[in-house]
Amino acid sequence: MSFDAAYQSKPFNSVGTRPLRPDGVDKVTGRARYGADFNMPGQLVARVLRSAHAHAKIKSIDTSRAEAVKGVKAVVTATDLPDLTDGDPALFAVLDNCIAREKVMYDGHAVAAVAAIDENAAKAALQLIEVDYEILPHVIDVDAATLPDAPVLNEAIFTQGVEPTPTTPSNVANRSEFGHGDVKVGFAQADFVVERSYKTEQTHQGYIEPHACVASCNPDGTAELWVCTQGHFVYRQICADLLGLEASKLRVTPSEIGGGFGGKTHVWAEPVALALSRKANRPVKLIMSREEVFRASGPTSATSIDVKIGAKQDGTITAAEATLRYTSGPYADMWAELGAMTSFACYDLMNVKTVGLEVVVNRPKVAAYRAPSAPMAAFAVESTIDELAQKIGMDSVDFRIKNAASEGTQSSYGPVYGPIGIGPTLEAAKAHPHMSAALGENQGRGMACGFWFNFGGQTCTDLNISADGTVTIAVGTVDVGGSRASLSLIAAEELGISYDCIKAVIADTSMLGYNDMTDGSRGTFSTSMATISAARNAIEVMRQRVALMWEIPLEDVYWEDGHAHAAGTKHGNRAPLSVKDIAAEAANTGGPIAGHSELVADGAGVSFATHICDIEVDPETGSSRVARYTVIQDAGKAVHPSYVEGQYQGGAAQGIGWALNEEYIYGEDGRLQNPGFLDYRIPVCSDLPMIDTQILEIPNPNHPYGVRGVGETSIVPPLAAIANAVSNAVGVRMAHIPVSPPRILAALNDAKD
Amino acid sequence: MFDVTLWAGLRPLADNQKVVRVQARTIWELLRKLEERYPGLAGPIKGEVAVSVNGVIYRNDWSQKLPEGAEIMLMRRLAGG
Amino acid sequence: MSSIAVSTTINDDDVEFLCQPNETLLDVLRNRLGLMGAKEGCGTGDCGACSTIMDGRVVCSCLVLGAEAQGRTIETIEGMAKGSELHPLQRKFIEHAALQCGICTPGFLMAAKALLEVNPDPTESQIRFWLAGNLCRCTGYDKIVRAVQDAAAELRGDTP
Repeated sequence: MSFDAAYQSKPFNSVGTRPLRPDGVDKVTGRARYGADFNMPGQLVARVLRSAHAHAKIKSIDTSRAEAVKGVKAVVTATDLPDLTDGDPALFAVLDNCIAREKVMYDGHAVAAVAAIDENAAKAALQLIEVDYEILPHVIDVDAATLPDAPVLNEAIFTQGVEPTPTTPSNVANRSEFGHGDVKVGFAQADFVVERSYKTEQTHQGYIEPHACVASCNPDGTAELWVCTQGHFVYRQICADLLGLEASKLRVTPSEIGGGFGGKTHVWAEPVALALSRKANRPVKLIMSREEVFRASGPTSATSIDVKIGAKQDGTITAAEATLRYTSGPYADMWAELGAMTSFACYDLMNVKTVGLEVVVNRPKVAAYRAPSAPMAAFAVESTIDELAQKIGMDSVDFRIKNAASEGTQSSYGPVYGPIGIGPTLEAAKAHPHMSAALGENQGRGMACGFWFNFGGQTCTDLNISADGTVTIAVGTVDVGGSRASLSLIAAEELGISYDCIKAVIADTSMLGYNDMTDGSRGTFSTSMATISAARNAIEVMRQRVALMWEIPLEDVYWEDGHAHAAGTKHGNRAPLSVKDIAAEAANTGGPIAGHSELVADGAGVSFATHICDIEVDPETGSSRVARYTVIQDAGKAVHPSYVEGQYQGGAAQGIGWALNEEYIYGEDGRLQNPGFLDYRIPVCSDLPMIDTQILEIPNPNHPYGVRGVGETSIVPPLAAIANAVSNAVGVRMAHIPVSPPRILAALNDAKD
Repeated sequence: MFDVTLWAGLRPLADNQKVVRVQARTIWELLRKLEERYPGLAGPIKGEVAVSVNGVIYRNDWSQKLPEGAEIMLMRRLAGG
Repeated sequence: MSSIAVSTTINDDDVEFLCQPNETLLDVLRNRLGLMGAKEGCGTGDCGACSTIMDGRVVCSCLVLGAEAQGRTIETIEGMAKGSELHPLQRKFIEHAALQCGICTPGFLMAAKALLEVNPDPTESQIRFWLAGNLCRCTGYDKIVRAVQDAAAELRGDTP
């Protein structure tokens, strides 16, 4: 069915209001069911045995003593998950990561798993599994891994994207390049050039809910999976592929999700749980401990980035260049490439060149983390931009405004931009009271811009109207932060009825067609589009019913303000019919009334934000405090403003933690030393001030209501905004994230010498 | 007739060309013709490609018609979080 | 290991259960008593998602042994509402959009309830430091603090 997704300006009745979310009561009473809150009769408890070595060959695994433990019903190793990946390297990486086949590649890599009647039996069995390792040298650091004498993780990796292809294996899996113009010419034209190298440490999405699932695999090839996930259709496909099941026979039900941020867009232990269930012929519940989450799910990349930018005296940037080295864990991926694409996306540049290098290291397999790869690139670029502005003697915001991308600019990653919000967010930042507020002692102010792509994707929605006129919308995109409220507002708007008459639910994989996951800031954007389409289809059905009831031609029935009306006066003065009126007659006018939508929401556009922050530094201890923080971001159209503000504040808070404190700390032995919330320090309530937000609304031309994705962009500017603020506070350029107290103190001491 | 810019990783599979001329009415037709001309592109087109038409990135909907004079680029499909 | 028999009071109800010596109160609540509102976010007392109130004090139930519940008074999130009437804190959390994914919400509500019972008029700073033992990864805490302030005002009878 064709659907016109073009933006149509109109006054809104429901969209833009702040009603109570439909799942609120369940969540404040403890009734909402998350991944670990579900049980199946006869279920077993699973435990996973993980490597304590960063890099080792598995010579043999003996599970016989474990299998003999009373209460143990199944023990699995890689032999229980045969390779069905058919040469697909990405899928093979998932398989090998779930359970190691020939080598363990990081501290925490799974090697075996046990399912038993209780935890005590499972733990006892785990200790009796004998693994014979041949320990290999490991490499953890992104730069160390590129040195010629670094231990090679995979003899089959030869750097792609280099001419000619090298003949010696390397830990640099891929080289990618973007840009246009000629940076050599550009730098020759510059009056000022700043060149600097930066590092960022690995961080984790830090969702409070560990991965949890209940898997039930039957001998007849049918299976069920209850799991916390951002994408149950994706999980279904991957698990079916890895276990050799037919996807249609695997029913995946998404639980409420306790945070994902990209980390639950990939499977971790779910295939193992299914394999255990298949072997034991009983349901298996598998919950990762917090330590396992840090060691063996998917943190973001650690990076090492070189940036060089040149500009003329009048502030025009003449050339910009960056080389970005990103870790991807043990398997090649595209994180550096993403960083190379986003680096200079905010700017209008004649000459730009970015090179991305994917580096494999003995760390867990990197997963997406909210605008993946963009925050680190923005940190390096925005820090350099700030330094350059200071060198020229220009105000940081004015310098950015002068060089900001706008409609018609060729982006640094290729395509030409349509209407975008970078200019407006910068102008709004300049005018914001935060910019002109006085700074206290030992305080520094910093600002930065950020950019992120937003996605559309495959989306299905069912909209059913009950006989009493109330509406249920069943959607397939997981609700991570309140989207059920927004979708209900959208349906209310399109149908012209009250928000209170609408109930949104998340359907499982057996109930709807394929839905892409809730990532890429696509949840509200794409599902709202499908909801509008489904609502319009339902309206079409209702018009037909009314035409029958009034015995008039269909073309004389129109829909307005939630009612069917008769056009003109030739049919007399008929009272309009409401959804309730029409639904009450549905049984006799053709049966239940519904609207469906299966579409691909594309044209999501891009999203920009500008952040301002004030940081206070204690010069004696290097400790820092966030004194003030402001987020300015374009939402296109804020469907439920409270939840848009929530996304801005949440993204900013994660960025603040990343900038000031969070990092993976490894020992010489390649083992993760801080796999817990005590020493992996995320922001707590007392670390942060109130976070001010300003929502700009520049309509997205490719959405009927102008909606843009908002979830991710707010994590992109904080690393740079904070580094700029701290640099201004202490008078030394901070080039290593996180700018934790020891690093600030070291910079202060270096400056004294 | 469109000038289609290929991302760097695709060029070795298309006789090392950066820009390829293709006649097509929809994204679908464009990609089919590219595959016919360069069979090595089949794999990436199936799994990794997104198409930018005048700056709007299409990851899935290849029924899109191509407006005259449009700027067309093949890009890598991206991950979100 | 042989089980220990425990008698206790949970949400004003007399409750008896058997548990292993090494089982935590959190395990007992979730696995034996069907009270799954308290969540395990870390198992080591760092995240507060398992917060319950024991003899009037907020505790991490993952750091309390099931056997320690003997003879005590325990409140969990399931007992916060009175019948169908939500506690003002619960209402304000929803009104202020103080939850996104909601996994930390039961723990925050328990901790905030305990705060307002000892300090009905806390400053923003007092709220933030009291709640520093509860981690939230979604909201940045802004709306949580506002919800607590608003609930406190209502409980004091200050709201217009």
